[in-house]
Amino acid sequence: MTEQADDELWSAVADPSRRRVLDLLVGNGEASASWLAERVPFSRQAVSKHLVVLERAGLISRRKQGREVLYQVEADRLDEATRAMAELAAQWDRRLDAIKRLAETAHAETKNKRGI
Amino acid sequence: MSGLVIEREALIEAPAEVVWRTITEPDQITRWFADRVDLVVEPGAHGYMGFGEQGGPVVVEVVDRPTRFSFRWNNSGGGEPVAGSSVLVEFTLTPEGDERTRLRVVESGHESLAWADAEKQRYADEHQDGWGPILDRLAALLGKRQPE
Repeated sequence: MTEQADDELWSAVADPSRRRVLDLLVGNGEASASWLAERVPFSRQAVSKHLVVLERAGLISRRKQGREVLYQVEADRLDEATRAMAELAAQWDRRLDAIKRLAETAHAETKNKRGI
Repeated sequence: MSGLVIEREALIEAPAEVVWRTITEPDQITRWFADRVDLVVEPGAHGYMGFGEQGGPVVVEVVDRPTRFSFRWNNSGGGEPVAGSSVLVEFTLTPEGDERTRLRVVESGHESLAWADAEKQRYADEHQDGWGPILDRLAALLGKRQPE
């Protein structure tokens, strides 16, 4: 995955409104923009903009059915997004591990000096 | 639905005061976080943290020794990290007896960067200007692998 693709993926899922749209698509399988707009607290126009961003990030795809355009989630791409978020958390786990080692070592050394 | 908040914690076999020094003293911070740390631990103090070739300004928010410490950063060479366009890192230290401390970290504000990006997106839609510096900042956040 290119860095540019990473960028788009991250910004696409970081927006709570877009995650709401994603949630609905995950729950429903496939949906039109109008169907989505009835279920979110923002306008049909906003839904369309979010769909554009999500599609550009590869998180959803579209197909035409008659006069309707239906959107669905790209599961692999969503997995990547989830992993990206997990990586942020893992970074903090590594930092906390390092903090733990440093603090415990410093504390043990102080105790040794005092001969406790 | 809440924004992107990362919450982690660790149980450390050391008093809160020792943990406090580890997370606030610049020469200690360089051992678990940034390579270069220029920081005065006072509320509102402006500092700098460097990560190899990258780095950016840091602003200290809360200093309540030895239980609360927070700062804002965005890991870029960009502007000042203010609320709404930066990531907030909040440490909470809870003593559990004399020699044990629960250390909790909450990192938030990723979605505020994304909200700013929504503005950017509108602009990009009109001007075909592509993705801007805000995304570079996010990429720096996501792509960074800290040495232990």
